[in-house]
Amino acid sequence: MGVSRTSAIWAVIWPSLRGDPEIIWSFIPFTLSVKPMDQDLRMTSLLTYTFKNLPSTSQWALRFSMRPLSCSSQLRVAAAVQTKSKQTLAKPNIRNIVVVDGVRTPFLLSGTSYKDLMPHDLARAALSGLLHRTSVPKDVVDYIILGTVIQEVKTSNVAREAALGAGFSDKTPAHTVTMACISSNQAMTTAVSLIASGQCDVVVAGGVELMSDVPIRHSRKMRKMMLDLSKAKTLGQRLSLISKFRLNFLSPELPAVAEFSTNETMGHSADRLAAAFAISRLEQDEYALRSHSLARKAQDEGLLSDVVPFKVPGKDTVTQDNGIRPSSLEQMAKLKPAFIKPYGTVTAANSSFLTDGASAVLILAEEKALAMGYKPKAYLRDFMYVSQDPKDQLLLGPTYATPKVLEKAGLTMNDIDAFEFHEAFSGQILANLKAMDSDWFAQNYMGRKAKVGSPPLEKFNIWGGSLSLGHPFGATGCRLVMAAANRLQKEGGQYGLVAACAAGGQGHAMIVEAYPK
Amino acid sequence: MVASRAVGSLSRFTRSRMLRCPGYICRNFTKSSALLTRTHINYGVKGDVAVIRINSPNSKVNTLGQELHSEFIEVMNEVWSSNQIRSAVLISSKPGCFIAGADLNMLTACTTPQEVTQISQEAQKMFEKVEKSTKPIVAAINGSCLGGGLELAISCQYRIATKDKKTVLGSPEVLLGILPGAGGTQRLPKMVGVPAAFDMMLTGRGIRADRAKKMGLVDQLVEPLGPGIKPPEERTIEYLEEVAITFAKGLADKKISPKRDKGLVEKLTSYAMSIPFVRQQIYKKVEEKVRKQTKGLYPAPLKIIDVVKTGIEQGSDAGYLSESQKFGELAMTKESKALMGLYRGQTLCKKNKFGAPQKEVKQLAILGAGLMGAGIAQVSVDKGLQTVLKDATLAALGRGQQQVFKGLNDKVKKKALTSFERDAFFSNLTGQLDYQGFEKADMVIEAVFEDLSLKHKVLKEVEAVIPDHCVFASNTSALPINEIAAISKRPEKVIGMHYFSPVDKMQLLEIITTPKTSKDTTASAVEVGLKQGKVIIVVKDGPGFYTTRCLAPMMSEVIRILQEGVGPKKLDSLTTSFGFPVGAATLVDEVGVDVANHVAENLGKAFGERFAGGSLEVLKQMISKGFLGRKSGKGFYIYQEGVKNKNLNSDIHSILAGLKMPSQPDVSSDEDIQYRLVTRFVNEAVLCLQEGVLATPTEGDIGAVFGLGFPPCLGGPFRFVDLYGAQKTVDRLRKYEAAYGRQFTPCQLLMDHASSPNKKFYQ
Repeated sequence: MGVSRTSAIWAVIWPSLRGDPEIIWSFIPFTLSVKPMDQDLRMTSLLTYTFKNLPSTSQWALRFSMRPLSCSSQLRVAAAVQTKSKQTLAKPNIRNIVVVDGVRTPFLLSGTSYKDLMPHDLARAALSGLLHRTSVPKDVVDYIILGTVIQEVKTSNVAREAALGAGFSDKTPAHTVTMACISSNQAMTTAVSLIASGQCDVVVAGGVELMSDVPIRHSRKMRKMMLDLSKAKTLGQRLSLISKFRLNFLSPELPAVAEFSTNETMGHSADRLAAAFAISRLEQDEYALRSHSLARKAQDEGLLSDVVPFKVPGKDTVTQDNGIRPSSLEQMAKLKPAFIKPYGTVTAANSSFLTDGASAVLILAEEKALAMGYKPKAYLRDFMYVSQDPKDQLLLGPTYATPKVLEKAGLTMNDIDAFEFHEAFSGQILANLKAMDSDWFAQNYMGRKAKVGSPPLEKFNIWGGSLSLGHPFGATGCRLVMAAANRLQKEGGQYGLVAACAAGGQGHAMIVEAYPK
Repeated sequence: MVASRAVGSLSRFTRSRMLRCPGYICRNFTKSSALLTRTHINYGVKGDVAVIRINSPNSKVNTLGQELHSEFIEVMNEVWSSNQIRSAVLISSKPGCFIAGADLNMLTACTTPQEVTQISQEAQKMFEKVEKSTKPIVAAINGSCLGGGLELAISCQYRIATKDKKTVLGSPEVLLGILPGAGGTQRLPKMVGVPAAFDMMLTGRGIRADRAKKMGLVDQLVEPLGPGIKPPEERTIEYLEEVAITFAKGLADKKISPKRDKGLVEKLTSYAMSIPFVRQQIYKKVEEKVRKQTKGLYPAPLKIIDVVKTGIEQGSDAGYLSESQKFGELAMTKESKALMGLYRGQTLCKKNKFGAPQKEVKQLAILGAGLMGAGIAQVSVDKGLQTVLKDATLAALGRGQQQVFKGLNDKVKKKALTSFERDAFFSNLTGQLDYQGFEKADMVIEAVFEDLSLKHKVLKEVEAVIPDHCVFASNTSALPINEIAAISKRPEKVIGMHYFSPVDKMQLLEIITTPKTSKDTTASAVEVGLKQGKVIIVVKDGPGFYTTRCLAPMMSEVIRILQEGVGPKKLDSLTTSFGFPVGAATLVDEVGVDVANHVAENLGKAFGERFAGGSLEVLKQMISKGFLGRKSGKGFYIYQEGVKNKNLNSDIHSILAGLKMPSQPDVSSDEDIQYRLVTRFVNEAVLCLQEGVLATPTEGDIGAVFGLGFPPCLGGPFRFVDLYGAQKTVDRLRKYEAAYGRQFTPCQLLMDHASSPNKKFYQ
């Protein structure tokens, strides 16, 4: 009886197990040598060790990090003074869609305080945080969508489990989306579509990733034997099945580290991408240092207001991100390449790290928000998904998406006051900046007449990015949107541009417009 | 000489053009004066590393010829004498080719073994200097690194290769009937171990970069780059150079050791190889295997074993000497001339001499999902051709689709494809039972059963649905194309494309044109064939075209020999020991007894007495008993799944006994039997050239070797006449003519060649 019930459950879960979600274990080379069970731990401790031993020279580092921006700042300032191409992106006969607010749990290095949680626990924390922050009545919420990448098999629709646990009405449907690192972007744009088409008025979108624990499966042979066993009726059948058991059946199957189509890990691809754009190790380290320094500054100045404290059961309350570690170039230079050995340029220090975290935003139709008495933070405007060659252009999504979304919105690079790009690797960001600044690339690979131009660095990820704040795959998108919205509120700009790359060679960009004060 | 001067003047032109292009080159080369005096090699100094770039002018590949060799010596001498330079990087500027090997023309121009030996010794000397260089030299390999190119690379202190599909390392000399003559036989065993070195040198197989790394043939791999600031190929070479420079510096600073950590297996192997007894056993084993496989018909592999042995047992001086001498001897053998001729012919038959077709074929449709149809589909989908496979029944179609999938999946198992690539390729295939979508087809290849009325039926059906530009190609082995085209509304679009089974293994494609076939149609067919990776001969229409027509008289002789009392096993061993890859009786089984009978009947009608010989009754009786060959499980032999050694089908004895012919003792020695088969083949081939069915002897040789398994060591029927002698061939034919009559009458062209000894098919 017990066996057959198990098999029924297996059958239900089966479809979701079939396709291994692609994931990016930035630091897998470190972990491959150790046993699979304790790899996250090992990885993290190694990383922690690295950073702990780097002297914190943030002051100096910060000044240094500014150096790359100096080149054309005058020109950029002049451009910024120009008036916007468009007063607003509101379109006639289309509902305006607003973000009232958004929150996230602190993003932690995986294997730290969240390590004993399950993904829906973390998502629940973000959802509860949003409820608390916005005081939205639970029964007003029409729909809930969360993004995630590595699915915990027990909670494959993690959105529903988290919503129920967070106290949302059990009458509010919820679904989970996955699109690698742009999963929560997909959650938000799905929400936008639902509202724009008049299906919903109030939607919660978010995302979660818990890299401290990932589903490690039995091997296919072992699974087959177990499934066959559950169907075997006689003792003889069972024994004959068991007699086929071999020791190698026990070797576990890790979630795919590599791109399914190309069998290449993302870090490896990033290293090749950096080489293709002739980006040196020093440049990558400098950019990583900039990210950490800016994140530390933003944290110190209390700018990361989307973070909500999380009382972890059995542990202390977590109040802030723990991956921000400004170091020195000398220390960073000592690290060995993590992917292409021994001469590659991508290292642990200039890559984003495995992160646990969850995020959530409250998206409403503007008239509904106003009717409910909210003061929204921003409009969500045009968005764009792109995809390209998953081998050689795996991480160039932002390059492709940026000009398209600007064109669609009728804006230019100069109109954007806040750029929030997802930083998977220093090399990836720098390659995208170079690609956006290359007429040759635009003409030969993007079918465009001219380059779109690269964003001015003084408007670019100035509160830190995924390299320093962390990158829980399924949750990063909402962080990017909230960072853009909060920056526009704080600095008084009008338009923000959010862009990200994702496994599978996909990419996303979205325009965020500040809600007028 | 004139040619080389012409090349020189042309290259001067390209050089000046290079100088005019801005920036990059001049910036990198501090010694741009070097550029002005050399055509194949230039070098510049980056820091304290000399970057030596090989770029033979006006050619897609770099080959080691006299000029390149002397320029290389010059450059190396400058590198060694310069105080500024501490290490060097050797790299090619050509995408897809490091050095493709030695210049064959240089070898074929030699008339004595001594000349060739001298070439070898000069190269040996130079490469020894490279090996002993105190300034470390890093070979940066992107693309083919073959023959002399590999020998140069393994003389260097360090090798870095791009992990690209085009990067292949190998010693293919044996395939040309020679041996690695620039120290390769001595260095390779030391580098990768004796067994692996034998494997490389005796099979000539190309080794991909990742495998080369595992074997210790290269020290580092560089991943090819995608698009970035420059086109991928260009930037990949640049990146390879950058990486190579860091390693060159590291080696000069002694921060990197050129020595490689050997794995346990490798250590054990090298330990075992230090025991003389083990070595002797290995030599013996390898030699036995080679003798068995080559039947002693190819001298090169045995000499390679000999030279390697000399080097190991008697020291490298003796080894080098032996290598250069044997190299000289081998280059003068008939076998190497035959093999080099085939190599050249193969290169020629991989070009489209009809020019680019007006419309590129993108949509292909194949009628008939049988062995041939599915085979054609398989070699098309993996080249990116959108292919429709149509059959009349779901079962037949399913079998065909499975064949295509299996073909691709086998490549996955061999790691030549990823499962993802397999799926993507397989998605290019559409299986269907109707003519849906044929209005978009650019070419239709029919591979239905060999029956004229059926072919007419499908031609009519297809012409009703295809667009005007669409080519209709018929895959038939014997039905004349003009008869198929007779009912066509647009005979200029009808052509024959004769594939050989199994399509994915056999390299040849015979394209048949009728007088009405337009040039553009031919160009289209050749283009598709080339895309499918085929070696192509284009012949005129006629019964049996070229290949089937040559095979038929030989098959007729096979039957007669069997009727004369020679057993199938004996016959097989006689033919394979002559150099045919498959024995004559086995070949009948493989082709199919019914097919052989069908062809023999048709061609017998067309050509009459010349194609007579054995009695077709043999085949007919076999068919009536269901002995159709391999496909029915029984022919001359019995075929069983999983049984390797096939047994004779004892029932054949009674058939042959019933149809026994008296043998004629003076033309029935083993040698006579072999020559009866070969001369009938050769005579018919020459007649095809005489009648204009063949355009060139080269195509005749390529067709015979790659389509029919004519002994490669003989180089094809035309090369055979040149090397064996036209007069001797005619003499043989006359002797058999006296015994059997007109079937052996030599054709006019052959007699012309016999009467004027200067006349050769290959000048």
